[in-house]
Amino acid sequence: MSNPALLGDEAVALGAMHAGISAAYGYPGTPSTEIMEYLQAAAESGDADEPVARWSANEKTAMEEALGVSMCGKRALVTMKHVGVNVAADAFMNAALLDISGGVVVAVADDPGMHSSQNEQDSRYYADFAMIPCLEPTSQQEAYDMTRAAFDLSEALAVPVVLRLVTRLSHSRAAIAPKPARDMNGLSKAGDRKGWTLIPAWARIRYNELIGKQDRMAAMAEASPYNVVTDGGSGDGRLGIITTGLARNYFHENVGELEGAWTHLHIGHSPWPVEKIESLIESTDRLLILEEGMPLLERYIRGIGRRAADTAFIAGKLDGTVPRAGELNPDNVRAALGLPARPVMDFDPGSLPPRPPQLCRGCPHEDSFAFIKEVQEEMEATVVTADIGCYALGVLPPYSVPDSVVCMGASVTMAKGAAEAGHPNVMAVIGDSTFYHSGLTGLVDCVADQAAVTIIIVDNSTVAMTGGQETMLPSGRLPEVVEGIGVAKEHIHVVDAKKKEHDDNVAILRKELAHQGPSVIITVRECIETLRKKMSAARAAKGAAS
Amino acid sequence: MKYDIILCGVGGQGVLSVAAAIAGCAAAEGLKVRQSEVHGMAQRGGAVMSHLRLSDADIPGDLVPRGEADMILSMEPLEALRYTGYLKPEGACVAAAAPFENIPSYPDLDGVHARLAGLPGAKVIEAKSLARDAGNPRAVNMVMVGAASNHLPLAQEALEASITALFTRKGDEVVRSNITAFRAGRSA
Repeated sequence: MSNPALLGDEAVALGAMHAGISAAYGYPGTPSTEIMEYLQAAAESGDADEPVARWSANEKTAMEEALGVSMCGKRALVTMKHVGVNVAADAFMNAALLDISGGVVVAVADDPGMHSSQNEQDSRYYADFAMIPCLEPTSQQEAYDMTRAAFDLSEALAVPVVLRLVTRLSHSRAAIAPKPARDMNGLSKAGDRKGWTLIPAWARIRYNELIGKQDRMAAMAEASPYNVVTDGGSGDGRLGIITTGLARNYFHENVGELEGAWTHLHIGHSPWPVEKIESLIESTDRLLILEEGMPLLERYIRGIGRRAADTAFIAGKLDGTVPRAGELNPDNVRAALGLPARPVMDFDPGSLPPRPPQLCRGCPHEDSFAFIKEVQEEMEATVVTADIGCYALGVLPPYSVPDSVVCMGASVTMAKGAAEAGHPNVMAVIGDSTFYHSGLTGLVDCVADQAAVTIIIVDNSTVAMTGGQETMLPSGRLPEVVEGIGVAKEHIHVVDAKKKEHDDNVAILRKELAHQGPSVIITVRECIETLRKKMSAARAAKGAAS
Repeated sequence: MKYDIILCGVGGQGVLSVAAAIAGCAAAEGLKVRQSEVHGMAQRGGAVMSHLRLSDADIPGDLVPRGEADMILSMEPLEALRYTGYLKPEGACVAAAAPFENIPSYPDLDGVHARLAGLPGAKVIEAKSLARDAGNPRAVNMVMVGAASNHLPLAQEALEASITALFTRKGDEVVRSNITAFRAGRSA
């Protein structure tokens, strides 16, 4: 069998295909995007047996679509980035109560260090919150193997299972050894509607079912091949180390230089293997907890009201031994292990200016921000809320336009709040895909209350930040959509995001800011990156034809 | 044998194609490879850095520790300076000479080159003109692979085979000019 070098994300996709999924749903989000892209490429290869692999309007609709697949007996994968789980949370939390039939695996890619995100929340908390298992791979091979194992667990326990990835694994390549694929499940609708209908009387039964499964979940984690104890070194004063996620790799990077005896417990499968943890604590003199993410396990182990002596025995993120924020790496894990820094080349690079990410040259958002900025500067007081997408880069010079960027869709609703707080000249900047994801409901609020907001939909006809996926519905339909929600036709404008339209766009924005009700200005020009890709593909096609 | 590389440059400069040429070759030669990539917001015209690890034994993780890099391979001179803290005391640094000026505070280029010249094991490559001379101005990255190849634990023939595989679908002419660019970098 071939031995391809796959991204961690791609290994998850292949694992899911080989686990016999019938469908995959998700919303693009760094660092999770490449899972779906791999599945879609496989589907496009023309093999009729490949699973359905579709982007969804948002993470909640994706999760719910997967539940529909499961209710019909088939397996489904859901993909999203960590903050997407917040959007999916309603469906996600309730899914734990269902009588999952076809396996459901929620592959969530966290972004510790915030390489491309607005926070670094740890999805293990959601698995813990929902009382369902979580598997956390540390290599591309494990990403493949654990995806398959997660579907087995999901069907054995009849609950969804979380597969937690992080940027450094999702976006790193290594060769993997695949195993034989298994068939998809047949179509078989769940027989008992009580397992899928969460009216209070039945939901109480389901919740007790979930509680009743906890001992079995714990026993499976205790015996899991992904929770491994290793001993090493020699001497008095044994150091205990618990790692989760990629902390294991960074421990291995440094373990050769550890002096003294140590025992290492790696946890890749939760709920926590309590017996293994207890026996580690009893057999060691000091305990270092290395978690990629927030100190979830550390808080459990420290508990509440422990004596100072006990707290001194445990080191981790809560006492500052390990940095509380940002991702782990071989160097901060090395320091936590008490090892001296490795010698580096003796060289002073001087002071270097930072080079932050920025809008591409020729980006249509440049022209949108240029006219918004002109109006912003001529007015005494404005509020400009922005949203999640490339245009968030408009907060940096030379634009420095938005006052806020919070979460998907928040530009529209925060603008409404600002207007209703009494602020004049309130504008929201949101992309076409983000608008379909979470802006629509906010616009419903604005229309219902006739809020004095001007919503600028910067329409580049793609999900640009994550690599140019197609917007769910053609963005050309946006004018009809906003009119359908009830924005008055004379307050809907479709303009070009081009330099030559600058003065006209300034005039339209001025006029709409004076309107004491909702207005929508759609600024249209295709993303420069997707345009470049299309042209290059056309050139290649022409070259191949000639 | 293990060889750790820090690849760097500015988002959009094609750091990935450099990584692909070297990683593809190493994998074909039977080495274990770990290669990190940068996607999402971080790649939009900002400083990008990627870790490439080659070894004949298992590689513990995807990140190169500080003080462990055998080489910095940079598509841009200022970016080469940014990651010198990763270099081993005896490490090498191969950097393209031309600046990518997309920030207002880009320092004086002569100063950047002088600073690089003070880095033991540094080599600055006129990759742009070498690629142009090779007949393919877009082959700058393969010039850089060629310049790096003098240090890499990979044979010239094996690297050329990897480059050929990388560009085959673009036609013979593109393959030829990229190989010429690679050789120009190698003898620079």
